Amino acid sequence: MTERKIGPNKKKKKRNRLIFRSIILAILLVAVVYALVSNLSKDETKIDTGDQAPDFTLEQVNANNELESIKLSDLKGKGVMLNFWATYCKPCEAEMPYMEKLYPAYKDKGIEIVAVSLDATQLVIDRFIDKYDLTFPVLHDTKSQVMDQYGVGPIPSTFFINPDGEVVEIVEGALTLDKLEGYLQQIAPK
Amino acid sequence: MSIDKVKCECGHVNPEGTVLCEACGKPIEGNQHIDGNDKQKLLNMRYDGSARRSQTYNKSIIDKIWSFFSSVKVGVWLIVLALVASAIGTIFPQEQYIPPDAVSRDPAVYYEGTYGIFGKIYYQLGFHHLYSSWWYMLLIALIGISLVICSLDRFVPLYKALKRQKAKRHETFLNRQRLYSKTENVTQEEKEKVIARLKKQRYKVRDENGHILAEKGRFSRWGPYVNHIGLIIILLAAILRMTPLLFSDDYVWVREGQRIVIPSTDGEYYIENKDFILETWDPEEAGGKFKDALEKQGAVAKNYQTNAVIYKKKGDSIPGEEPDLEKVTEGEIRLNQPLKFDKYTLYQSGYQQNEFTSMAFNILRSDAKDEEYKNLTFKLHTTDEENDKTLGTFTIDLNDQKEVYKLDNGFRVQVEEYYPDYYLEGGKPESHSDKPRNPAFVFFVSPPDSDKSETSFVGLDGSISAAGEDSQYQLDIEDYKLKGELGTFKIDLNEPKSEYELNNGTRVVIDEYYPDYAEEDGQAISKSKYPRNPAFELSVYPPDSDKAEKSFVGIGKNDPMTKGNQYRLGLAGYELHDVSGIQVKKDYTLPFFILGAIIFMIGVVQGMYWHHRRIWIHPKDNGLLVAAHTNKNWFGIKKDIEKAIEGTNINMVVDQQELED
Repeated sequence: MTERKIGPNKKKKKRNRLIFRSIILAILLVAVVYALVSNLSKDETKIDTGDQAPDFTLEQVNANNELESIKLSDLKGKGVMLNFWATYCKPCEAEMPYMEKLYPAYKDKGIEIVAVSLDATQLVIDRFIDKYDLTFPVLHDTKSQVMDQYGVGPIPSTFFINPDGEVVEIVEGALTLDKLEGYLQQIAPK
Repeated sequence: MSIDKVKCECGHVNPEGTVLCEACGKPIEGNQHIDGNDKQKLLNMRYDGSARRSQTYNKSIIDKIWSFFSSVKVGVWLIVLALVASAIGTIFPQEQYIPPDAVSRDPAVYYEGTYGIFGKIYYQLGFHHLYSSWWYMLLIALIGISLVICSLDRFVPLYKALKRQKAKRHETFLNRQRLYSKTENVTQEEKEKVIARLKKQRYKVRDENGHILAEKGRFSRWGPYVNHIGLIIILLAAILRMTPLLFSDDYVWVREGQRIVIPSTDGEYYIENKDFILETWDPEEAGGKFKDALEKQGAVAKNYQTNAVIYKKKGDSIPGEEPDLEKVTEGEIRLNQPLKFDKYTLYQSGYQQNEFTSMAFNILRSDAKDEEYKNLTFKLHTTDEENDKTLGTFTIDLNDQKEVYKLDNGFRVQVEEYYPDYYLEGGKPESHSDKPRNPAFVFFVSPPDSDKSETSFVGLDGSISAAGEDSQYQLDIEDYKLKGELGTFKIDLNEPKSEYELNNGTRVVIDEYYPDYAEEDGQAISKSKYPRNPAFELSVYPPDSDKAEKSFVGIGKNDPMTKGNQYRLGLAGYELHDVSGIQVKKDYTLPFFILGAIIFMIGVVQGMYWHHRRIWIHPKDNGLLVAAHTNKNWFGIKKDIEKAIEGTNINMVVDQQELED
């Protein structure tokens, strides 16, 4: 064997080796990136901002409201604040007066506040509505269907949906008056 | 590096970085530092002296990355780091174990609040959810990469080296083996004898011009790599688990009688809890063998079971609408005996007992002191549990009793004995007084057109039939009325009404309902929506009054809230139900884990229970050199050689490592 013969052979070998190593490393890199991304993007809720808000329909509990039930898709064209709450949840109770305070003004601007209660019985919701004189529609998710659909974990959880039906903001935890107003302005129809 | 160094004097061209010639084993000059052979008498036989390429090429960035991961040292460090991190992760509880009654369950607050500055650091570094923190996953991923590259980088050259090895070895290779001997005069006969004996010991013998290589168990060298393939499959399965398509794990609480959507099924399936059963071991079981232990220990659970029905949603309904459900399956979910349907498996994994289904109250005049019964209503039914039929009801007015009560369908119930204030003394029923405070009866029950009667004893605590198990009929107290009682009402806690109206015009209004009552800062609150400790604020409007008499009533609680109440409320009864905790699992990745584990184990066995043994016989002048190498169990290969050379002139090999020491 002479050196001249080995020359091109060696070059070819080297190239093959580089290709082989690059392919193996690329496959491993893809697997690692996939594992990390899919794990870190696992959020508490199933819905992400930018997603279309899934449609649902629930019975109205509020006695002095004209509608019997509310279907989310019927509210298209309006900004919707979708609030998940329950009577036994203290932070939920705390943010209710803010919602009630801002509701009349923002209703005129084309925003609907929809509060979905996860309570077990309607009675407690009725008493709660009386206590805080709530005027915005309160819905009762008796079979935890909507809660499951939106992947709601701890409450309160609030989804701000713009007039196109797209989720703009998800807030897990209580809202302050200022923050609430800011979010409502964000979803107001133009 | 010049080509000369790679080309061995035997004529074989080795890859760059080779330590021992692949063919003849002669140490390649200039490469001996790689395996540290420089100053040693014995050769390092690691990977048979093959060229681990990572050790030689470091030119492009790809090669640099490759050789980084190819280092076992790096791999060991990665494992050590992962171990240390895992250990630190156990110092404080992981976030899912933050106690539910913590002041704040938000990890950002909890760790600092509970453990101070260390808790804060712990949280900030992501130790509170160790297994899903990005750096921990990265560490595991790097271990995986290291595993793949280390294996590839060693397996390929080793495989080639063992394939290319020649029977004829260089002398330096032989005399630098651990087992070595030199014999001056050996006859051809003796050599033949040795070869035959080696073959008998199932060595594969190669003869090249009188140079002998006897080899067995080479496949044991692949054990570690097979084992690594298994590990890599397990790691890949762990990655597959992260897609909801292949794996999901959820939990649902279902109350008895309730039908709710099963989470993680896209709202497609519903579960109904028919019954939750908790059975405990009976001390008399197994001939009372465990009686003492059970008495000491208290009750020991024997069976946890949920009888469940699974429904599937038909058609397209929007969540919130009453779904059109179709029964899919029905079954008993027991611990370790899950219910399977479609791609889901339901496991019994939790329970809560004694949630309230309903509560009944009676309204009594405040001055009515001892509870005295006014009347009792009995229900007669069959004892057949499968097909329980109500045969009729009758009411006994305790002030005006009849001797025989005739039911519409012809059954007759005769009052044989009456104990107004029943108690048991020496196994015999007695009465404290004639006041009906705890009424009990002995009845004769006769079916229509029959003179035969069954005797049964019925009290407020239950009923006993004299006929025992053979009895056909059972009498139970269905309802009763107390003296001075304005009426009773029952609140269904699944659907409490806001107002209850009694027959006599009395109205009861529920002002507040606390399903899970507790007191916080002197205020009544509900801890959850579950009726675990129900309490009410009730307003009673007596028939002749518009004035509300308010009371607060709950379990073990009964306080008037307005003064001068004419009536008081009493708890007249309640019904309970249990709640089943069901784990909902979908797992397509399990077969991959099993496959990985099996391959892993095959690799371990392959590498552990077989040994790669090689014996070289090298003719020299009139005699020969014998050298041997094995990857483990040196004692075993010595025995093999002993057996082979027995009765010949050949010298037994000497362990040169022992000599050195």
